[in-house]
Amino acid sequence: MKVFEKSKAFYEVFERKTGPAQEASHYCPGCGHGNVHKMIAEAMEEMGLTEKTVFVSPVGCSVFGYYYFDCGNFQAAHGRAPAVATGVKRANPESIVISYQGDGDLAAIGTAETIHAANRGENITVFFINNAIYGMTGGQMAPTTMIGQRSTTTPLGRHTLEHGNPVRMAEMLATLPAPTYIERVAVGNSKQIMKTRKAIRKALKIQSEGKGYSFVEILSACPTGWKMDAPSARDWLVEEMTKIFPLGVYKDESDNMDDGAWDRISEEYQPEKVNVYLDQLKSQVGDSVDVEMPYDLQCKFAGFGGQGILTLGLFLSQIGMRGQKEVSWFPAYGPEMRGGTANCSVNISRKRIGTPLVDHPNVLVVMNQPSLDAFESDVVDGGTIIVDTTVVEGTPDRDRLNAVMIPASQIADEVGTPKVANVVILGALVAATDCFEKEFVLETLRNVIKKKSLVDMNMDAFCRGYDFVKNEG
Amino acid sequence: MARQFMKGNDAIIVGALAAGCRAYYGYPITPASEIAQAAARHFPALGGVFIQAESEVSAINMVYGTAGMGIRTMTASSSPGFSLKQEGLSYCAGAELPCVVVNIDRGGPGLGNIAPEQADYFQVTKGGGHGNYRLISLAPNGAQEMCDLTVHAFELADKYRNPACIMADGITGQMMEVVEIPEADELKHDHSDWCVDGTPGTRKNLISSIVLDPEELEQHNLHMDRKYKEIEANEVLFEKYKTEDADLVVVAYGVVSRIVYSTVDAAREAGMKVGLLRPITIWPFPTEAIRSLIPTAKHFLAVELSTGQMVEDVRLAVEGHRPVHFYGRCGGVVPSGMELEEQYRNILEGGTES
Repeated sequence: MKVFEKSKAFYEVFERKTGPAQEASHYCPGCGHGNVHKMIAEAMEEMGLTEKTVFVSPVGCSVFGYYYFDCGNFQAAHGRAPAVATGVKRANPESIVISYQGDGDLAAIGTAETIHAANRGENITVFFINNAIYGMTGGQMAPTTMIGQRSTTTPLGRHTLEHGNPVRMAEMLATLPAPTYIERVAVGNSKQIMKTRKAIRKALKIQSEGKGYSFVEILSACPTGWKMDAPSARDWLVEEMTKIFPLGVYKDESDNMDDGAWDRISEEYQPEKVNVYLDQLKSQVGDSVDVEMPYDLQCKFAGFGGQGILTLGLFLSQIGMRGQKEVSWFPAYGPEMRGGTANCSVNISRKRIGTPLVDHPNVLVVMNQPSLDAFESDVVDGGTIIVDTTVVEGTPDRDRLNAVMIPASQIADEVGTPKVANVVILGALVAATDCFEKEFVLETLRNVIKKKSLVDMNMDAFCRGYDFVKNEG
Repeated sequence: MARQFMKGNDAIIVGALAAGCRAYYGYPITPASEIAQAAARHFPALGGVFIQAESEVSAINMVYGTAGMGIRTMTASSSPGFSLKQEGLSYCAGAELPCVVVNIDRGGPGLGNIAPEQADYFQVTKGGGHGNYRLISLAPNGAQEMCDLTVHAFELADKYRNPACIMADGITGQMMEVVEIPEADELKHDHSDWCVDGTPGTRKNLISSIVLDPEELEQHNLHMDRKYKEIEANEVLFEKYKTEDADLVVVAYGVVSRIVYSTVDAAREAGMKVGLLRPITIWPFPTEAIRSLIPTAKHFLAVELSTGQMVEDVRLAVEGHRPVHFYGRCGGVVPSGMELEEQYRNILEGGTES
């Protein structure tokens, strides 16, 4: 009869472990990891969680967590375990996800991942082994190394001025609103171990009840890194480490919430549902009609931000789309969009469009003076230039270009709002280029203008611009 | 067929939804932010997951988590953010996790600017992170392809258990064109033999990229290398326009291929026999397609929004049999058609120096 039996949540033989002694762990004598592993495995098994648990191993001494735990296993990049755990838990909220991390992983290279997973209240459990040293890489300083403690990178001892102070993660995370349970425990003596066992169970229970983020920091000895024998290491842990890292519950909201308070939804992929949804995204331009276009349009629209320059381009593009033409629209993007000037290039073509950029437009709309100065010379000979004379003082070369001088902003004011100046311009453009029938355009506009209360005003604006050109001509 | 006029960036998310992608993790950056915004609108509305991550690093690692569950997932960014994702991509490749990552390439190096560039070609096609791995890299040149190649990227990622990348420039991301919305279909790939999804059936599986034993890790690398050779043999995509009799074959991808396309007919009218070869997959690169033009072409010209990156792959394909010229603009400057025609003239009427 076996006196000590492995938990069923451990593999019987650690086959993933290379080399001899596949029944024993890879941890050094006196190390706390083995103890904590055992308590987690026992809790998983006794709470009936093993089959749905996903254990995320970090980089550090516990990189090989997957040697031991007989559950689903992920190995994560250094510091990224909480992000990986987030991706796991969100994809299957029914799973139990453990992010098991050391001090370098959790409190140095992965600080951002740690804080933000906690701040989102991810319904995961983080077990944080704080042994105040980098074990796996050979005893270098950890973010939790104590003042005065020697390590291979603090050979004279950690000094505040040089290295900063030990980071207290439990205290820091407890300032956040989202976490449900934060406790610091230790494995220095049997009393502490009893408390640790309890904390581990509590954390996993909180997760399995959908009550949110749980974090258990476990002070743990590293005789090898500390260059002590195991009993001295345990004593140092109990007497010295706990002074800087006081044990206790830092936050516990678990009794103040219902089961499932932090449950999130993640539905499985259903193609039919996606198709219904995608169908709603389709264009509302109306039934397409293969319209005759006498020539291709290469347009540039330019003015101040807020004049509706980009929308003018969008309206024309959608007219082209409904007319079964090839269409492209390209904005000058970035900070210049958010104030200052705006411009966009629009191609409406009877054949495949090459470049979406319009270097030499055959239609140029200018709604401010700088745009006239900047772009007039780019227009091809005989091209059309439409100028909003309410805003622009200059005059284009009327010998070289077909110039349409229209007080668009003033007309828009008369219609009811300066906001429809771009639609007055659109009317002028359609009239001046003869590329689309007036009725076809009006019908399309009626379909694409989202606010139905604004349709009449836009129709009016369009017709005023259109008639201005036709009557003037 | 449902159609919509939309930005290339939005078309990526439409493609992702149609491909059965269920989780998006990202961080905002111009000129890629519309992708995250579209994901924020559409993924939760369909019962999927959207998280604005605290960093690009976290975003790709969330992808690692969901991809390891055997569920289609993605992230997107632009150059500086894409640089930050390299660690996670190396882990995804090492652990053989299918996922899709988008890079809307902007001006660099460093913070650079937000204007279009193609200077991340090396980073995308040669494996930007550490170790022996490749990204399957697709280079759309319009909104429809932004959608369709995203669907294709998910298929390839699943088929080969490897990350796939959509590499597009800022123009292709920002411009709007008409997109035919594809139909969502049942997924073909069963991942239950390797994924870890928190159910009893996958309990014995392991998602990991650590292989301590050198000989074992060599075997793992060789296994991945065989996979990459299979991809090179089977998954090359490209488009040719008037290359059969071309004296000058111009090789260009992304928005540059659109500009070159605009010039081919005009150049021919001016007596210059020019053709366009457009890589659609930039890895695997259409090496054989380029090589097959050596007998008829007198010159090759690579045009890029960089100081010369893809041109190296063109040279490797041509192997010195013909002069390989290069013309590039960078920093966000985009060459005009007339500028390119001048280059054609110089090459065809001038000497053979590259």
